[in-house]
Amino acid sequence: MATTGTPTNITQGSKTKGGIGESTLRPDGTLKVTGEFAYSSDMWHEDMLWGQTLRSTVAHAEIRSIDISEAVAMPGVYAVLTYDDLPTEVKNYGLEIQDTPVLAHGKVRHHGEPVALVAADHPETARRAAAKIKIEYVELPVITDEASATAPDAILVHEGRDDHHIGHVPHPNIVHRQPIVRGNADEAAKRADVIVKGEYTFGMQDQAFLGPESGLAVPSEDGGVELYVATQWLHSDLKQIAPVLGLPEEKVRMTLSGVGGAFGGREDISMQIHACLLALRTGKPVKIVYNRFESFFGHVHRHPAKLYYEHGATKDGKLTHMKCKIVLDGGAYASASPAVVGNASSLSVGPYVIDDVDIEAIALYTNNPPCGAMRGFGAVQACFAYEAQMDKLAAKLGIDPVEFRQLNAMEQGTIMPTGQPVDSPAPVAELLRRIKARPLPPEQQWATAGEQADVRALPGGLSNTTHGEGVVRGVGYAVGIKNVGFSEGFDDYSTAKVRMEVVGGEPVATVHTAMAEVGQGGVTVHAQIARTELGVTQVTIHPADTQVGSAGSTSASRQTYVTGGAVKNTCEHVREAVLEIGRRKFGSYHPAWATAELLLEGGKVVTDGGEVLADLVDVLEDEAVELELEWRHRPTEAFDLRTGQGNGHVQYSFAAHRAVVEVDTELGLVKVVELAVAQDVGKALNPLSVVGQIQGGTTQGLGVAVMEEIIVDPKTAKVRNPSFTDYLIPTILDTPTIPVDVLELADEHAPYGLRGIGEAPTLSSTPAVLAAIRNATGLELNRTPVRPEHLTGTESS
Amino acid sequence: MDFLRPASWEEALAAKAEHPTAVPIAGGTDVMVEINFDHRRPEYLLDLNRIELLRAWEVGEETVRLGASVSYTQIMENLRAELPGLALASHTVASPQIRNRGGVGGNLGTASPAGDAHPALLAAGAEVEVESVRGSRLIPIDAFYTGVKRNAMAPDELIKTVHIKKADGPQQYSKVGTRNAMVIAVCAFGLALHPETRTVRTGIGSAAPTPVRAKAAEEFLNAALDEGGFWESGRIITPSIAKQFAELASASCNPIDDVRGTAKYRRHAVGIMARRTLGWTWEQYRGTGRSLEGAA
Repeated sequence: MATTGTPTNITQGSKTKGGIGESTLRPDGTLKVTGEFAYSSDMWHEDMLWGQTLRSTVAHAEIRSIDISEAVAMPGVYAVLTYDDLPTEVKNYGLEIQDTPVLAHGKVRHHGEPVALVAADHPETARRAAAKIKIEYVELPVITDEASATAPDAILVHEGRDDHHIGHVPHPNIVHRQPIVRGNADEAAKRADVIVKGEYTFGMQDQAFLGPESGLAVPSEDGGVELYVATQWLHSDLKQIAPVLGLPEEKVRMTLSGVGGAFGGREDISMQIHACLLALRTGKPVKIVYNRFESFFGHVHRHPAKLYYEHGATKDGKLTHMKCKIVLDGGAYASASPAVVGNASSLSVGPYVIDDVDIEAIALYTNNPPCGAMRGFGAVQACFAYEAQMDKLAAKLGIDPVEFRQLNAMEQGTIMPTGQPVDSPAPVAELLRRIKARPLPPEQQWATAGEQADVRALPGGLSNTTHGEGVVRGVGYAVGIKNVGFSEGFDDYSTAKVRMEVVGGEPVATVHTAMAEVGQGGVTVHAQIARTELGVTQVTIHPADTQVGSAGSTSASRQTYVTGGAVKNTCEHVREAVLEIGRRKFGSYHPAWATAELLLEGGKVVTDGGEVLADLVDVLEDEAVELELEWRHRPTEAFDLRTGQGNGHVQYSFAAHRAVVEVDTELGLVKVVELAVAQDVGKALNPLSVVGQIQGGTTQGLGVAVMEEIIVDPKTAKVRNPSFTDYLIPTILDTPTIPVDVLELADEHAPYGLRGIGEAPTLSSTPAVLAAIRNATGLELNRTPVRPEHLTGTESS
Repeated sequence: MDFLRPASWEEALAAKAEHPTAVPIAGGTDVMVEINFDHRRPEYLLDLNRIELLRAWEVGEETVRLGASVSYTQIMENLRAELPGLALASHTVASPQIRNRGGVGGNLGTASPAGDAHPALLAAGAEVEVESVRGSRLIPIDAFYTGVKRNAMAPDELIKTVHIKKADGPQQYSKVGTRNAMVIAVCAFGLALHPETRTVRTGIGSAAPTPVRAKAAEEFLNAALDEGGFWESGRIITPSIAKQFAELASASCNPIDDVRGTAKYRRHAVGIMARRTLGWTWEQYRGTGRSLEGAA
């Protein structure tokens, strides 16, 4: 085994209280639990108007006419805007490809696309006015899957594409295609004693963040606008907003407001541009808040996927080769589809050693809802399929499924299918060992609670569907690999501004970044880093805004690594500047100022031997040290468009799950009894937050295993369940015990040796639950989420 | 939208007579969802929250007179012995917060086939007391549901009380949802044994345009239990009888495919629930089974 269980401590910082490694508490924790936290939807401004978006009721249609006359005439209505009112030549936006119209122009490409905007003095007036806008649609046939998208005579979802992917895709309804070829899969297949082929379906999952899209735009006297909004990346929004408004970026001043969850769903623009347009048009503050129904149309979802896999193995359990094709449905607009394709293809092998592979991933343009970023980002869909394949291979070979995975597990030094070596710990076999070694939860916990059945512990729960009848237990395992940070040559930097000064007789550090705190705990971690590096107790976290440089996106499990890294880096430079002041003032009093390695600890300058040289208060006096610096992780490279070769990723993150389920095999209802997880986090900067992230990711993976799916009508491409009545997410009764085993094997390339952690637990959770259900029922189950009808053979005929 | 707030039952009846399109609202757990989703914009809302009598219940010799606004939580906490089926059904309603607000009157007023209370009311046997300025009348529960989200009430009538037969034997209630709590029914089944009359009554939810009884299944079972002397002997119900009862219950469904489940699944699940609830109640009747409290 290439790994050990011993944590490697490469922390360079001091031992100041509240530093890294401690479970300091979230500053917003109590406020959120008591309902006092101000979310973006809670904002209010005097003289404020309410914005309302009118969205298409059909998925694919030409717009013949838009009649706004009745809406405009309504008392209380201040503005009605359509495409014709857009102020500049820039009328589209997009994360990578600017293909998304701010307001529909002549055509709508998906159900719920924004067509017109209303501002009124009351939300109800705005809603009624929007309902009075008359749009004449001429419906077009809908493109809904690979066959309809790539047919020779298929209608093009986007005509006249001129983006940088059009040159290498086989059809204009394919956004991006990434093949990866390494070794010779056909040749290697000849060595295989068993070959397993499978076709898998992954349903469309929603981020289902609880705080719907919302924000407030306030026009300013200089002709600019202030935008307070819940987002994942202020500067990415800014780059897309300013050109549409015709304003220089410095005149669009953005401030992060209270974010109620994100999970990728706030990477794209939602109401940002709309609110600014209405505010600039009316000269009044404009607030837009989506309700839950609109929220289902207001952000992109996780790509549903079809995955076709072939694996071979020798009879002694070694994988010979893998071929796969992954078809992701990107929906009507590109969003993050190209990057999702890159992830799905480059991580399609999973955390295994396979030298001979033939991989292809594509994302389609269709008339389904647009899909983009969601926790796990392409790696989730692949993991569901390759882990099902591993179980099938193990069964065929008569080898224990965990042992089979361990036989083929990657380790430090393994070469990825992209040719990139894995150059930090990859404890895949160890993670599997740990979850397998854990004792199983007791059987029939519903019966052991007393004489009566405790239905809460049974499938069906409070609905009282079984008292034990038909209930069968199953156990399943899965492991996954996720990249950390933005890949494929993206300049993935973060900026941190740190100020150190004496306030009220005490040294205080202020950390200012544009990092979007969406619940991940960055505000806690930044303070911990500042305490560790600067030896202060008091740290002020400045609100995130665009008055400081970009912090990149709160996604890709990257914020602690990259913005945390930026805070650490700036703090180190501030520390040097403070020590320089100290040397100037006190250097002549003690030789250690010149000779020893100096630290800031507990408000003092100390030598690495622990000798106190000066109080920070005396060093700084009324001087302030302030620096704003950018920080970058190691650069990455693009994947070759033909072979997929390239050092595309920064770091990998690994988690393994064991699921224990009880299935009512007659009714097809599932109770997940336990979801044990082991994950390597490199270094837990805040152990409590780490466990919270792992449990949250695990639960989100459970959701898409047994209930979460946006259902789109294949005939009309319309969304059928845009509500929390019919889009179900796990309740506390659906969420099992989640024991977490945290490993800390440092990555020497990363700040403090840490590993991004937010996404990996979402990957393996789903296939582990599916494997456990297969184990209980003996069914093949090649799609997720699995619904009662799949477990009882009662699908509609 | 006008908000009418009568201070008394008489005022409420007068308001409803004056504005027959007024939508009564008590807990608001159903009406407010409809309004928030913009599915409905009633001209008038008739707020019944000031009317005390709707929140009262009375346990009589034969029946429980349940005020229309008595919350599900109160039913669970106070009427478990008298109305075990309805108490079990109440426990499957949404979340504790919703159960604190919602009541049976709302379920009946909306008359959705997915209302959780209906199968329990059908199985227990009930009459709905409705009143208008013209007077009051009792509508048998079997005649109450007239179509999808339609009931037998006149536009000027309000639901006052539900007269539910006190349990004279074990009752059970099962509901299938694709989540283990806080879920709308994919389908549901209620069953009540009535040893006094030696009959079994049932109710099916979400598997037909209205809540229905599985009448053919009841008739078959009543005859089989009678012929076999099961009520007297208290012996175990023969598996073949249970199986046929389940099949007939399944056949009583007239479900559709929708976003919550397939028609085929609903038929299948109703059969399973019929067999299981019969087993549970019969075991209890025989005096060897688990207590009613097991389910909640």
